[in-house]
Amino acid sequence: MEADYSGDIMTINMGPQHPSTHGVLRLELKTDGEIVAEAIPHIGYLHRCFEKHVENVDYPGVIPYTDRMDYCAAMNMELGYVLTVEKLMGIRVNNRVRCIRIIMAELDRIASHLIAAGTYGNDIGSFTPFLWCFRDRETILDLFEETCGARLLYNYNWIGGLMFDFKPGFEKKVVEFIDYFEPQVDNLNRILSDNFIFVKRTATVGIMSPQLAINYGVTGPNLRGSGVKFDVRKDEPYLGYQDIDFEVAVGKGEHGPIGSCWDRYMVRIREVKESCKIIRQAVAQLTPGDVQESIPKRVKPPAGEVYMRTECPRGELGYYIVSDGGLKPYRLKVKSPCFTVMSVFQEVSRGSMIADVVAILGSFDIVLGEIDR
Amino acid sequence: MLTYFKNLGLGVVTVLNSMRVAWRHLFTPSVTLQYPTVKWKMPERSRMRLFNKIDDCIGCSACARACPTKCITIQSEKRGKDEPEIYASDGTVIKLRTVVYDIDMTLCCYCALCTFPCPTKCLVMTGEYEYAVYDKNDHIYHFAKDKPMTVKAPKEQSTEKA
Amino acid sequence: MESIAQLLRLMPKYDTLPGLTQAIISVLLSCIVIFALLALAVLFLVWMERKVSAHIQDRLGPMYVGGWHGWAQTLADALKLLLKEDIVPAATDKLLFKMAPFIVFLGAFAAFVVVPFGASSFVTDLNIGVLYIVAVGSLSVIGIIMAGWASNNKYSLYGGMRAAAQIISYEIPSAIAIMTVIIPVGSLSMVDIVNAQKGGFQHWFLFRNPFIFLAFIVYFVASLAEVNRTPFDIPEAESELVAGYHTEYSGMRFAFFFLAEYANMFLVASVATTLFLGGWTQVLPSSIAHQFIPGPILFFLKALLLIFIQMWLRWSLPRLRVDQLMYLSWKVLLPISLVLVLGVGLLTVYW
Repeated sequence: MEADYSGDIMTINMGPQHPSTHGVLRLELKTDGEIVAEAIPHIGYLHRCFEKHVENVDYPGVIPYTDRMDYCAAMNMELGYVLTVEKLMGIRVNNRVRCIRIIMAELDRIASHLIAAGTYGNDIGSFTPFLWCFRDRETILDLFEETCGARLLYNYNWIGGLMFDFKPGFEKKVVEFIDYFEPQVDNLNRILSDNFIFVKRTATVGIMSPQLAINYGVTGPNLRGSGVKFDVRKDEPYLGYQDIDFEVAVGKGEHGPIGSCWDRYMVRIREVKESCKIIRQAVAQLTPGDVQESIPKRVKPPAGEVYMRTECPRGELGYYIVSDGGLKPYRLKVKSPCFTVMSVFQEVSRGSMIADVVAILGSFDIVLGEIDR
Repeated sequence: MLTYFKNLGLGVVTVLNSMRVAWRHLFTPSVTLQYPTVKWKMPERSRMRLFNKIDDCIGCSACARACPTKCITIQSEKRGKDEPEIYASDGTVIKLRTVVYDIDMTLCCYCALCTFPCPTKCLVMTGEYEYAVYDKNDHIYHFAKDKPMTVKAPKEQSTEKA
Repeated sequence: MESIAQLLRLMPKYDTLPGLTQAIISVLLSCIVIFALLALAVLFLVWMERKVSAHIQDRLGPMYVGGWHGWAQTLADALKLLLKEDIVPAATDKLLFKMAPFIVFLGAFAAFVVVPFGASSFVTDLNIGVLYIVAVGSLSVIGIIMAGWASNNKYSLYGGMRAAAQIISYEIPSAIAIMTVIIPVGSLSMVDIVNAQKGGFQHWFLFRNPFIFLAFIVYFVASLAEVNRTPFDIPEAESELVAGYHTEYSGMRFAFFFLAEYANMFLVASVATTLFLGGWTQVLPSSIAHQFIPGPILFFLKALLLIFIQMWLRWSLPRLRVDQLMYLSWKVLLPISLVLVLGVGLLTVYW
């Protein structure tokens, strides 16, 4: 940490090594006393040349690489890629694959939001919800481990199908978990979301107006926290989400102006409950079938380009693939939702106190793997 | 003035609520697994360390082609016509002699894409996760047992002549 | 302490020493005894904190060191800190840097000489005991500012200043809350305050007077801020920007800060026990039973209960921001405590 003194503005570095668990992000804070004049994010510490690298790997081999972008919600990353390639190739999957994909994506959404809530509490100073959230997340990871063998980076969604089918009796375990888990969300609300100290720390900081959010292209819970009702699953449904009944959680500004950190955090908690509803309906819609019947022998898409967007826990994830008819992608570009949110971070944190910068950063729920790719 | 007292009351009530939840958690059983003495039983589909049953390997290099990180190195040569035919355990005839079969576990990304194309299912991902080593080179597993015949043949000729 | 004085008289040639020397030796020995017991208590408290926090968080805490539930964990940690390299950064003010942990430590331990653990288990009975405790407790502020300044680090200075501001602001409501107890007793001596609560829990100041009940809560909250515990642990916050006044300290010097924090916790709980919960006197009313648990043990148990509540609060609540902390002290606790003093005064005069 360095501090230069030149006139009234003091530059403080919140270096790449953070105590908070967001990843390697460098924040250059220009402060005037306690008030932050500018908070400039510097990214790139986790850049691994994903988009160039996958030009040398064949289409099925790209899936492990997409896992590693947002490692907290890997199922959704894979899902986006796989749906894009299937759209390019014109593959249609059967109902069983569709339902299993929905169940896994929503379970991973719950897991990702649990990390967001737990680490946010940790940043604000409440250490206990962090461990409770991770305890519940462990059960979800155990479910994943039973199905595909891995806990964090799954390689489960394949082009045209899935790696493994569910084990018999798995649906019962999922429903049991959801039955156990819904009251735990109320527990979490009691200790964190409704706590007066937490509300006072977050409900009046980080106000992002809906106009600002739309201008910068923010999506996902960050946009919905500002009151804008936009969810890719409702507005451009994929995977048959139009047949599933759920509500889009929107921030209503119960404890302060709309668009505060508390609203964004609360949208995530409400989304967890909606995901539980979705999972129950998807389990009810499961039909027997073969999950590997539509997997092509060799993935060789026709020449052309395609763009497909899905709703990952952090926002709208977009994949743009240009194919030249060969076995490897010619160009793959990822539109990362956290990257757009980092660009609005500077606007939102202007004028807040140093202690609030941590609160605002935590409410945006970024994962550096996705920003830097 | 009224909001002052309302905030005070709200603060006290929510603080007591949080404390009540924490109190109840004092009596719930803990979820810690005391690791070295108690070990978790790995599920059967676990993707941990790779293992190749080299006697069943037919040397087709399908696994090396499928690997996205290119961690498998295979060198094979054709078995001579005069050599006796050997079979894998499921009856497939082995036409190639696998001379080099190295898997570099430091490059492996544990995606299991190599295990699916294997025709005899000799390459599997086991549930073994305790294989830390002190030297990085110890993570390169050498599975091949055969020696290359084409290199040995000239030496044998020279010994015959002498 | 009378028992120590009796033991000393058994030593040969003790009576030949002048009276002043006798007094000094007996007081010194009592201090050493109390210091040793305190060090043990602090070690126990660190272990208890780790266990309580672990069970609230659904984990197990120390289990391995020493066998049964890791009771020797704190000893192992203290040994490890002793063996660490003593790093004194080059650009610091060496004398202040080295003195700071000792002054903080002093502020925590010196106040224990007037705390009555039992009927005759105290080092001395100052007739201004409460005033002495409040005064000595503020010594630690000097130590913190010294630590922040001497570290030659803008963040340590910043953290030290914040900690000092926090402790000074919260001393006022805590001292005024203490005043509410002194008004019915009429004396500042700790022993007199405990003796006024003899006879069972109905005589405890906590239950005698609704104003004093609220004063207990005010004192408890203010004392949490004195000790830098969550929700008031801004000076120690790891995930905040400012690193805190004890970043540059490592090894045994850091251990001193750490031990001083737990000793301070114990001090504040002991003072609350003495003033509000009856100190070493019995819980059951004297009409039902005589005191069968020895005084010091009962005192320790009561203080342990208060410490447990402090730990429980730490692990349930998030952190207050600095300006909210100041708001709480000056705009909430101070007016309430002034009203309580007024109430207790009126009640004592007219009832």
